[in-house]
Amino acid sequence: MTGEAAPPPDGYVPVLRLGGILLVTLQGDLYDSTAERLRQDIGRTVSDDAVTGVVIDLSGVEIVDSFMGRVLSDIAAMTRLLAAQTVVAGMRPAVAITLVELGLTLPGLRTALSTEEAMNLLGAEVANLPRTAGARRERP
Amino acid sequence: MTHTESVSARLPLTSDLDLVRARQHVRQMTAELGFSLVEQTKLVTAASELARNALVHGGGGRMECAEVTDGGVRGLRLVFSDDGPGIADLDQALSDGYTSGEGLGMGLPGARRLVHEFSVDSARGRGTTVTVTSWVARPPRPREGS
Amino acid sequence: MPEQHTAEDRTDPRQEVAAFLRERREQIAQRWADAAVFRTVFTVSRDEAVEAGRAVVEALAAVAASGRIEDLEADGFAVVREQLARTAHARARAGATTGQISAEMEALRPPVTELLLDELSGAPADHVRECTTVLAVLMGTLRLVMLETTTVAGQDLINRQRLEMLEIATPVIKLWEGIVAVPLIGTLDSARSQVVMETLLDAIVEQHARIAILDITGVPTVDSLVAQHLMKTVAAARLMGAECIVSGIRPAIAQTIVHLGIDLSSILTRASLADALAYALQQQGAHIVPSSGPVVEPR
Repeated sequence: MTGEAAPPPDGYVPVLRLGGILLVTLQGDLYDSTAERLRQDIGRTVSDDAVTGVVIDLSGVEIVDSFMGRVLSDIAAMTRLLAAQTVVAGMRPAVAITLVELGLTLPGLRTALSTEEAMNLLGAEVANLPRTAGARRERP
Repeated sequence: MTHTESVSARLPLTSDLDLVRARQHVRQMTAELGFSLVEQTKLVTAASELARNALVHGGGGRMECAEVTDGGVRGLRLVFSDDGPGIADLDQALSDGYTSGEGLGMGLPGARRLVHEFSVDSARGRGTTVTVTSWVARPPRPREGS
Repeated sequence: MPEQHTAEDRTDPRQEVAAFLRERREQIAQRWADAAVFRTVFTVSRDEAVEAGRAVVEALAAVAASGRIEDLEADGFAVVREQLARTAHARARAGATTGQISAEMEALRPPVTELLLDELSGAPADHVRECTTVLAVLMGTLRLVMLETTTVAGQDLINRQRLEMLEIATPVIKLWEGIVAVPLIGTLDSARSQVVMETLLDAIVEQHARIAILDITGVPTVDSLVAQHLMKTVAAARLMGAECIVSGIRPAIAQTIVHLGIDLSSILTRASLADALAYALQQQGAHIVPSSGPVVEPR
């Protein structure tokens, strides 16, 4: 649980394209600059390609502070303008409690228990996707 | 009476990388002290907010960690200080929704809600020092006000 | 009396006592080993009792040397605090009251005082009086440290039991695939609300529950603090991707909520647990029909 290695300074966030959906898997402790770059990357990809949904998997994230919370709601608001939906999946209980105490309930954000449910929510035909896509990424 | 054992670490807050280090250090200390997972997360998040405040608004600063005891209860005290422009109106800075720059205006008031004890010392031109303390396994008490 | 003394100055009564304690450590420890507070705890071997006594004498010497003889938080005590706590705990378990423990600690003083008076025979009367006063204060402080650890140990036990009771009083029930419920009974205070929130959120993950029901039928009153906790729980569940329903809001509580001006409009509510379950099942794509009708498969 602790001692997760810091991502390299130019932190890499895996973004997987599954049909019209972007699956973004966040892990461990993110640099502010990494989160910032992710926001730009997602914005660019969504506008360039025919992306209809973005799923951000938070199951591997131990802390979301107000900066990260803002990045998440920014991504949601931005993709909405670009006619795509963002769903945040797999937030841990301790992270959710902390965000609420912090005063961030992120009302504009759609959420799901797991990436698989997020996919369902976005109306993606999970059955048509490669078998591993939804389930394997859920609990890395 | 609160008794400070010793300052166990003094970390600089001058870059993005330092924020990650500060968070990881607080995570490790709270885990070692036996904080519950939720309390660990709260304190690490508060540390992240305050460290970023010192970095962004104070132009860089430092974080000091110390184990403290009160009777038989152990706790962790974190002191964030910077030599920045300071806060002219503390009441305003501590009210929800106030923001002096980027962010959602959750920095100080948000961090305050995540810890058991919270105090700020600041004035225009004097820098800012924020001290927070949380205790292990002390059942949460009703909070007065917010 | 001289005004100020340096640390090495034996004419300072505190330093004199510190030196005395260090030099006579063995003798004092031997005498203490037969005192009730050590004898009854270290029953296996007398050596252990002597060893424990030695540690306490050393601590006292360190405190006397630092001059903080009235300070419960003096660094010297830190070393033996745990040992004293264990001793206090053992005595309390054996049925000793706080008053008895206090008396047993007090009984440690005469043997040391006797040794000190021997040591100081021939010294000026003033000096003897000062030194015995220092020793008396020091032993008094030791007694207080001991009593403090006694109460802390008791408080710890109470806190632990309270937390355990809170957990027992907060069962999470799986009502259906993907539906969990917490029936709350009794007064909801801040501590309990916190436990409820954590227990429910953990259950959401474990049961993979998309819907969580908080039933407050058995809760006598809801004040603004409790309402705030309910709202926080709902908000946290939503962040995790689950929907939270509050059921069983009795008319009296509804009135209180309105009266207090609490806005629960963001929360999904149902009159009873049954209504909440019906809603939840519907959300899950299951429907309740009379047994004569077609059988509906749960999802």
